[in-house]
Amino acid sequence: MIEIRIHGRGGQGNVVAAYILATAAIEQGFHAQAFPSFGAERRGAPVAAFVRIAREPVLRRSQVLHPHFLIVQDRALLQVPEVTVGLSAGGGILVNSSKPSAQLSALLGLDVVALPAAQIALKHLGRPLPNTALLAAFAALTGIVDGGALEQALRLRLHGKGEKVLQANLELMREVNASVPAGQWYREEYAANA
Amino acid sequence: MRQTLEGSQAIAKTVALCRPQVVAAYPITPQTHIVENISKLVADGALQCELVSVESEFSAASVVLGAAAAGARAYTASASQGILLMSEVLFNIAGLRIPLVLTCANRAVGAPLSIWNDQQDSMAVRDAGWIQLYCADNQEAVDTTVQAFRIAEQCELPVMVCVDGFTLTHTLEPIDVPDQDLVDQYLPPYHFARALQPRQPLSLGTLVAPDYYAEARHSHHQAMLHAKALIAQCDRQWQELSGRASGGLFEVHGASDARIGILALGSIVGTLLDAHAAHVQRDDVQIIKLRSLRPFPGAELAVALSGLSDLVVVERALSPGGGGIVGVEIRSAFHYHGVNVRVHNVAVGLGGRDVPLSTLDRILDLVAHGSAEEFQILDVQLDKLPPEDR
Repeated sequence: MIEIRIHGRGGQGNVVAAYILATAAIEQGFHAQAFPSFGAERRGAPVAAFVRIAREPVLRRSQVLHPHFLIVQDRALLQVPEVTVGLSAGGGILVNSSKPSAQLSALLGLDVVALPAAQIALKHLGRPLPNTALLAAFAALTGIVDGGALEQALRLRLHGKGEKVLQANLELMREVNASVPAGQWYREEYAANA
Repeated sequence: MRQTLEGSQAIAKTVALCRPQVVAAYPITPQTHIVENISKLVADGALQCELVSVESEFSAASVVLGAAAAGARAYTASASQGILLMSEVLFNIAGLRIPLVLTCANRAVGAPLSIWNDQQDSMAVRDAGWIQLYCADNQEAVDTTVQAFRIAEQCELPVMVCVDGFTLTHTLEPIDVPDQDLVDQYLPPYHFARALQPRQPLSLGTLVAPDYYAEARHSHHQAMLHAKALIAQCDRQWQELSGRASGGLFEVHGASDARIGILALGSIVGTLLDAHAAHVQRDDVQIIKLRSLRPFPGAELAVALSGLSDLVVVERALSPGGGGIVGVEIRSAFHYHGVNVRVHNVAVGLGGRDVPLSTLDRILDLVAHGSAEEFQILDVQLDKLPPEDR
């Protein structure tokens, strides 16, 4: 089972990101589960959401305490101690930041990949919403879900928002794919049919 | 068809498949998404029904009472303070033997104010005379919703489908939402024999003097007891059609010669099962999922669990000054039926506190060390309390 925790601020589409990632994993043939760290959502307040991806049905309902990966939508949240706590040994942190990955890795002593997700989103979507760019990067880095599954999940989630919004997101995903070190966090066990 | 959905969405879609004619509800966290999604289905023309926006839960319950009394298939949903505000009407609905389905998106009850999940709300109306079925996952929530209409209509009793708020309602997972054909086959158009109609005027809810009140209560109690067989039967019949059962009255997981049982209601069953499989792997442990709290399968549990040495009843609510709620009922049933199992009772996950996988080990340790109490709230951090409250 792969466990992922997504940190962001209210209004950044944190829960939506978790839902899209779990949907993509299910499209990929996995079992998956996504849920928010339940709270009163307020714009700007730190929030978290959880994703579990597994080959067997996911039975547990507890919060993710020892994630394999963190997806952090706001770099400032890396300063909040609770954000990185519990990260599994060898786990990766994907963060929305324009700083170099090496600098953030050295700062935290952890394996960090930085992506200027908000900037990329601003360019394609006209809004600095980092979530879909980070998901595209996560897919490319880990290989847990492929581009097709993520695209299908986006289609399902953005259904009703119009073809234009979908195409803008797909264009954004293509740019992200070309800009992250594909397969850096790939492990054989992540392949759907391994 | 298997879809990837949030629990609330799946419940709303399922309610629509059951073709209710009247839905009335007042939004309250964490039930809101259910009502929102039903409203959307009505607005989109996917569900033809009278959707009544009311100003309170008291009115929501009153509207569906009236609608069902007039012969409509009706539905409502609520949680927490909303359930309490409905409570007067809930007793009336049950006492008048009105078939209705209500989803309780289980949430703690204030004070202290909490929007998070436990099961204090449905436990608070345990004695209202409703059938209460607890769902362990969203698939069960879907399947139990369909079954609830059939149960309600066949025994003329209201059914409360208890679904853990947030933990299930806000969790996205793969859920098989049945085809309309299947639901139609299982749930034929509803005809309420006692429906109010102008051509044959009659009164409902009149004053009952002492010479008939006890008989009315006896009849209600008997109807609830008879519903036990119906609940199990409806689950089997749904399994024949859909391939899925939700556990009848209760379901026992683990070796039949186990010595220790852990009994729970709702979504923590999955966490306990996972912990049992992944971390503990002890073949002397059984996990028991209690699905039907009302009617209470006391005699059936006494038979099924008589081989245990210890049973830990794990609850998400309590009766302050008393202790556990379900635990007391299990003890009573075991005692009456002469079953000599030591029953321990713990409350966990109150007001949304996370129930981690380690909970199972914690509970088994209590039993092993003989330190399980008659009732205790697990893992209370006493240093957070003033000395006099510890």
